[in-house]
Amino acid sequence: MDNLDATFAALADSTRRAILARLAKGEASVTDLAEPFAMSQPAISKHLKVLERAGLISRGRDAQRRPRRLEARPLRDASQWLENYRQFWETQFRRLDALLHDMQTRELNTKKKKTRTSIKEVRNEKQRNVHH
Amino acid sequence: MKNSGTFTIKANGDREIVVTRVFDAPRRLVFDAYTKPELIKQWLIGPDGWSMPICETDLRPGGKYRYVWRNDTDGSEMGMGGIYREVAPPERIVATELFDEAWYPGEAVDTIVLTEQGGKTTLTQTILYDSRETRDAVLKSPMQTGMAASYDRLEKFLPSLGREALSA
Repeated sequence: MDNLDATFAALADSTRRAILARLAKGEASVTDLAEPFAMSQPAISKHLKVLERAGLISRGRDAQRRPRRLEARPLRDASQWLENYRQFWETQFRRLDALLHDMQTRELNTKKKKTRTSIKEVRNEKQRNVHH
Repeated sequence: MKNSGTFTIKANGDREIVVTRVFDAPRRLVFDAYTKPELIKQWLIGPDGWSMPICETDLRPGGKYRYVWRNDTDGSEMGMGGIYREVAPPERIVATELFDEAWYPGEAVDTIVLTEQGGKTTLTQTILYDSRETRDAVLKSPMQTGMAASYDRLEKFLPSLGREALSA
């Protein structure tokens, strides 16, 4: 987890994320990678250096092309960690969803039935009848 | 659930973490759920296997609040609390936030803003830490102890990218 900082810093840039998305499809040379961006090769090389330092990409064996390729492990670490975090809060928020639903149902039940404008109200009315 | 997709977490600037989420309810109810102990205890209880034995809120500027969670298996507890700075029902709460055994220095300031449209409420929760180092330490900390971040909806981008890379 020590490298998480570097991973997140490297991923905080849209060009670098686009580069990774391209490399997810297979290795590519610096020229290939520079092509879709309105950027000079040195500018792309700078981004590649950041990604390389973060361990997100490495260089292939072909000495001429020096193709870059994606390294999956740091991404897996980062995504696993985010997934844990996300799941934790999503669990809380889903409980809150359920609570808010109950609160609204209770509110509707205590209201006197004026007009049956909403489907929810009709449903609640039915529920009440079942209980009686 | 349909609102799960509205959940975002971002690191904002140097010192902030921002969480947003949409709820299918008017904001006065969301405000109550965030401020009334009997309601907080029904949802903010941590991962499965945890409960919230203590929840107290003195909801006024200068008033204190205190939360304690307990791991029902091993009995370990975690507490946090702070002071309300602004209380503006049903749209805004500002409060300080400090864990009993804080793993980071300084108090954080938590701002909750609720906006309502068409019966739905958007929650925007901003946590401001005292320094970039603190914020980044929180980002790396384990789940139960705090909040963290994704950059620019990274949570959507990463898992699929990871899979592609693995199958390549």
